[in-house]
Amino acid sequence: MKARITITLKPGVLDPQGKAIEGALHALGFGGVEGVRQGKFLEVEVAEDDPKRARAEIERMCEQLLANTIIENYAYELEAA
Amino acid sequence: MKASVIVFPGSNCDRDAAVALEAAMGSTPKMVWHGDSELPDSDLILLPGGFSYGDYLRSGAMAAHSPIMREVVRRANFGTPVLGICNGFQVLTEAGLLPGILMRNSTLRFICKDVRLRVERNNTPFAAQYEEGQVVRLPIAHKDGCYFADAATLYLLESENRIAFRYCEDDGAVTGAANPNGSSGNIAGIYNETGKVLGMMPHPERLVDPALSGTDGAKMFSSLVEALH
Repeated sequence: MKARITITLKPGVLDPQGKAIEGALHALGFGGVEGVRQGKFLEVEVAEDDPKRARAEIERMCEQLLANTIIENYAYELEAA
Repeated sequence: MKASVIVFPGSNCDRDAAVALEAAMGSTPKMVWHGDSELPDSDLILLPGGFSYGDYLRSGAMAAHSPIMREVVRRANFGTPVLGICNGFQVLTEAGLLPGILMRNSTLRFICKDVRLRVERNNTPFAAQYEEGQVVRLPIAHKDGCYFADAATLYLLESENRIAFRYCEDDGAVTGAANPNGSSGNIAGIYNETGKVLGMMPHPERLVDPALSGTDGAKMFSSLVEALH
């Protein structure tokens, strides 16, 4: 199965990179941009075919390595490979 | 005294750390590859600076799960002193030996310059030869040095006197202007509960030789030798 994982900063965590991107968009003339937060996207293919077990595995990966839960949230979608 | 310097793929301050340790110890530390699962007998374990795993995913995140780190964590829990410098500090937070996280500098720039640090406490094997409140000069060189922890953790660190060093002015004043990277409370380094694990962003190993403009870092290594020989 394939997991599409999005890792984002928790609300309230300072995101200077997002701010910098917001500034760049403004400089390009996109004056209506009111906020930008930057995150990460990962695609992880697992050999597991059972969605329940795959879900559990992906969550363990996120908790142990892929996200730092002090400042990051994670969300994922699972699909057949 | 026996010391081990852990070398990850991408570490680049391991040799400077070894030179600083050797100058203080009078013997050579062991260089231990991250992929080894066996760690030699050590009175001190040092996690050096650099860009382990290219800082991919998060600085120190993958290094923290290297085979050798299981043993480093085990030894730390048994009381072996551990010093994490710069990337080493990042590895310590990712490995759970220290709380909090080092984030992208608030200025978004890689900062390479000397800073002043106030020594917050000296009753540890690392800082015994400094005076409490002393202002020292050490170089920093990092892009992800902004120390962050939630309010409860910060309160704990402050109330348990676990802040090791704070960025400060020449006269020791802890101000926003003296904070190079946005770290909470101007925190440049912290101890664990026992004071035996120290993580710090500045590089003491880079200022141990008068030929390199100063020796403020040397006292950390001689403190360690005095405490651990």
